[in-house]
Amino acid sequence: MSAGYILEQIANGIILGSMYALIAIGFSLIYGIVRLINFAHGDIVTIGAFAMLASVAAIDAPFPVAIVVVLAVGAGIGMLIERIAFRPMRGAPQVTGFIASLAVAIVIENLGIMTLTAQPRNFIVPAYLGEFVHLGSLQIRAIDLAIVVLAILLMTALALFVRFTKVGMAMRATAENYNVARLMGINIDRMIMLAFAIGSALAAAAGLMWGSKYSQISPLMGLIPGLKAFVAAVIGGVGSISGAMLGGYVLGLAEVLFVGLLPPEYSGYRNVFVFATLIVILLVMPNGLLGRSTEERA
Amino acid sequence: MERRSPLLAYFAAALVGAVLVYIASAGLDPYILSIIAFIGINVILAVSLNITNGFTGLFSLGHPAFMTVGGYVTAILTLPAARKPHLLPDLPAWLAQMNWPFLPALVAGGLCAALVAAVVGFPVLRLRGHYLAVATLGLIFIIQGLATNLDGYTRGALGLNGLPELTNLWWVYGWMLLTLYVCWKLKHSSLGRTMLAIRENELAAACLGVKITRTRILSFALGAFFAGVAGGLWAHLVTLVTPTSFTFLFAFQLVVMVVLGGTGSITGAALIAAILTVATELLHPVEEAVGLYGSSQLLLAVAVLLVLIYRPKGLFGTAEPDLFAWIGKWQGRQQTHSGSKRQREV
Repeated sequence: MSAGYILEQIANGIILGSMYALIAIGFSLIYGIVRLINFAHGDIVTIGAFAMLASVAAIDAPFPVAIVVVLAVGAGIGMLIERIAFRPMRGAPQVTGFIASLAVAIVIENLGIMTLTAQPRNFIVPAYLGEFVHLGSLQIRAIDLAIVVLAILLMTALALFVRFTKVGMAMRATAENYNVARLMGINIDRMIMLAFAIGSALAAAAGLMWGSKYSQISPLMGLIPGLKAFVAAVIGGVGSISGAMLGGYVLGLAEVLFVGLLPPEYSGYRNVFVFATLIVILLVMPNGLLGRSTEERA
Repeated sequence: MERRSPLLAYFAAALVGAVLVYIASAGLDPYILSIIAFIGINVILAVSLNITNGFTGLFSLGHPAFMTVGGYVTAILTLPAARKPHLLPDLPAWLAQMNWPFLPALVAGGLCAALVAAVVGFPVLRLRGHYLAVATLGLIFIIQGLATNLDGYTRGALGLNGLPELTNLWWVYGWMLLTLYVCWKLKHSSLGRTMLAIRENELAAACLGVKITRTRILSFALGAFFAGVAGGLWAHLVTLVTPTSFTFLFAFQLVVMVVLGGTGSITGAALIAAILTVATELLHPVEEAVGLYGSSQLLLAVAVLLVLIYRPKGLFGTAEPDLFAWIGKWQGRQQTHSGSKRQREV
């Protein structure tokens, strides 16, 4: 096994990890504020990918413009879902919200199948993104580099927003203590909307990346990345944004190295590995790498 | 009025059911029969999931995983020894020579599923709420991955096809009766009350000396046992079992049956299981006719959302309506209702 091969695997792990991290942030943002595991989050990934396809096909948008469209569509859909499905059951037991989010996921998936058919579609990126770039001894496609750069840009923007703006501070306060934040005059409804908007926009961006990397998209594509991103969020500690980012990269690297470094006959066990990791982490470190302990996990 | 003996009523109802099954098996065409069998299997699944999710309040999505285990174990055991070398050349000799009758094979499938549940449950059941849900969801993917990759036993992604067509209405009916009986007995036994106590307030239950972990695992494994049996019945009804026979989507449908029926209500789970099975079956031709595949799933999901918003306790809550009394009351209400209507009209 050459150093170059290992380097290449690490690069792949970082690319995959970037996408997991973006999706995982949404899980953590939403969980941090409303204590809801939003299972429909993976389907926002699908919506992002199709929004990209639509904006390129319909208005022939250049890549950077299309990215903005995808972010906007993701944010809009996220807010819509919150308003229609989750707001009416706020305050219900957590499991109710979880079942509701499963139902929302199935609504989105079947709407997709009904309107777009389950057939996978080709996802074409501009030619200049398909070319190879040399980074030292490493040779990767421009699109992969673009994925990592875009992910880091988005995550930095989010970190700055949460850390330094007034709204960001209000959001942190709401996540810290919902009721006290309300007493302090923070508009809780708006904060929850915002969490859904930001989280979903990032997931949609991840969908665009997923489509560009694997060049095929289908209405059911979001399920597995969504689940794995949830695993990433758990690794980092659900509720912690920086934890979600870290968890995404840890999971991406672990998954790629598991497949890349072990003998090929084990590569079929990729999903087994990821979900077994989930269970082990839930048991050993229920609060994840960066999460804080909460008294109640009920 | 003298209180009816529930056991007597149960046997009377079971007898009536048996007569109906006899008539159905003799007179109906195979397609309708298979739908009735699916209803029975879904009732077994929903009612058994209700032990775990409803009684004990352990929100598990793991039923498809246990069905997969049960389905494969039963299939491997009942497969004629002559076909095994062809279908599964790498099977260990001791397994390859076996050719069990259906009943012990089903029980073995159920027991293996229960064993998996007990082993997994020991660590996993420390989790609560949606953490447990997600962990059991992970279990579906783990079992799916194992079934795809252990191809010496499972024939990989192809799955085992051409299984002997052993499941008929009598098998389904028998197991359904057993499941209903066990659940009913359980709910009204001290163990069942222990489970309900854990669901309502774990800390208080522990203070009263309830052995929390043991009861939880028992409830999880018991649910898994019936899921395993149902998996075996299913596999021998469609004569096929693959790693993706029982998916996460199916877990959702089962949870829907339990939630819509009312968490903890056996009657509710059974009724909704039957209604949903028939509804999906009726919607299939409609779906094909309009060409809108997925619309039945969509309707189901929207219905769930509406129930969660407007009737969060489900159809029956935890209660078991006494059907006879219920019908009587309903009739009474109908009469007064029409009476008052008439007055208003005047």
